[in-house]
Amino acid sequence: MQREEIIKTVNHFLVEEIEIEENLLKEDALLKEGLGIDSLDFVDIVVIVEKNFGFKIKPEEMKDVKTLGQFYDYIAEKVN
Amino acid sequence: MRRVVITGMGIYSCLGKNLDEVRQSLYAGKSGIGIDPMRKEYGYRSPLTGIVERPALKGLLDRRSRVCLAEEGEYAYMSTAEALRNAKVDMDYLEKNEVGVLFGNDSSAKAVIEAHTTAMQYKDTQMMGSGAIFQSMNSTVTMNLSTIFKLRGINMTISAACASGSHAIGLGLMFIRNGLQDMVICGGAQETHYLSMGSFDGIGAFSVRVDDPTKASRPFDRDRDGLVPGGGAATVILEEYEHAVKRGAPIIAEVVGYGFSSNGANISQPSDMGSGIAMERALKDAGVLASDIDYINAHATSTLQGDAFEAMALDHLFTPYHTPISSTKSMTGHECWMAGASEIVYSNLMMLNSFIAPNINFENPDEYSKNLNIVSKTQEKNIDLYLSNSFGFGGTNSALVIKKIK
Repeated sequence: MQREEIIKTVNHFLVEEIEIEENLLKEDALLKEGLGIDSLDFVDIVVIVEKNFGFKIKPEEMKDVKTLGQFYDYIAEKVN
Repeated sequence: MRRVVITGMGIYSCLGKNLDEVRQSLYAGKSGIGIDPMRKEYGYRSPLTGIVERPALKGLLDRRSRVCLAEEGEYAYMSTAEALRNAKVDMDYLEKNEVGVLFGNDSSAKAVIEAHTTAMQYKDTQMMGSGAIFQSMNSTVTMNLSTIFKLRGINMTISAACASGSHAIGLGLMFIRNGLQDMVICGGAQETHYLSMGSFDGIGAFSVRVDDPTKASRPFDRDRDGLVPGGGAATVILEEYEHAVKRGAPIIAEVVGYGFSSNGANISQPSDMGSGIAMERALKDAGVLASDIDYINAHATSTLQGDAFEAMALDHLFTPYHTPISSTKSMTGHECWMAGASEIVYSNLMMLNSFIAPNINFENPDEYSKNLNIVSKTQEKNIDLYLSNSFGFGGTNSALVIKKIK
């Protein structure tokens, strides 16, 4: 799957389902401090990712994923 | 003793989505009962239910609030927002003052069943999502309302079967009377989704008069064949009288009496003795006599036994005074956990507008209701003082006496 396609899918659910403002979705945006994603939101993101990309996020693999760009990369690595 | 008044109220039910719509339905004697096709598919004996539309909350509440709200919590949000507006209480007030919340609720079955279904499908509890736990607990309504409205006072749910909403108001009265709180948001909420009522249908308690749904709920009528479930939410803002006057709040009515009892007997069958004790206690607490009561909003749900036992108790206490009685459940169906609160809102609307809403479908009395003054057509009447009854499984009884403020 192309990175552009992953970005499109992730941004779509962040806007439509997690209701994050689209103009905040920058590669260097911090997931917690920048986008305001808290631990409960993250539970819903795990569900959405599994339904959209067919794999389950493991919390230990997310330790170094701090920004939205790193999150795109993490998903790309898992699906490709 | 500190006096307790109602300074705001709100309603979201099968009779309407706000006070004005509901007042019109009550006056017109309009039924809110219909058929839910999903109940037939699911295996219900009866598809009859109060038809309540889910509110559209996107734009009113942020995502986190919406995700954590179960169906009954959505209704409770709507009725509480209306009640607070009417009480002239805004977010600024709530942030600066300690306000409590006591709500009647006794299930959140839809949320529980849906979470279970998801777990069975994925074999993974995380797939239930972040809202399932907050939707599934019995205290879902109060935990959400306290979060949304930033409440910092007493905060708990009252689970007492079909008397939950009434006990919630009775307990709110006690918290304020005793000086522990100046303002408490009280009410009751009831889910209506088909997933929530299957086990109640399973014991054969529901009417199967499907040929004309609006005729199915017929409390006290000889030809009744069971109750019709309904739902939604109702809210009253209870406030200490002087506090309300100082605040310049609109005062709707005064809560003057709360009576309760437990039958100590059968799990499903009511008792004339137990319900009578609750009524007598409420009258005594209010410092009034049975002859002072202008109107009784009966619990009567349209079941053979329940109505008969209440009719016996009412006959014993009120027949000498020819007190007008109606059960608004004839129009709403049985709003269960919410009923004790919604029937205070319905009766307050009658008191404010000087009419008695009819006990529709009361065509022929039976041997128990024949001595009662059951109002079957809308009646213009001044109401200064009324009694509202609520009884529930396990023999829990609650009665409230409410007085007009002049």
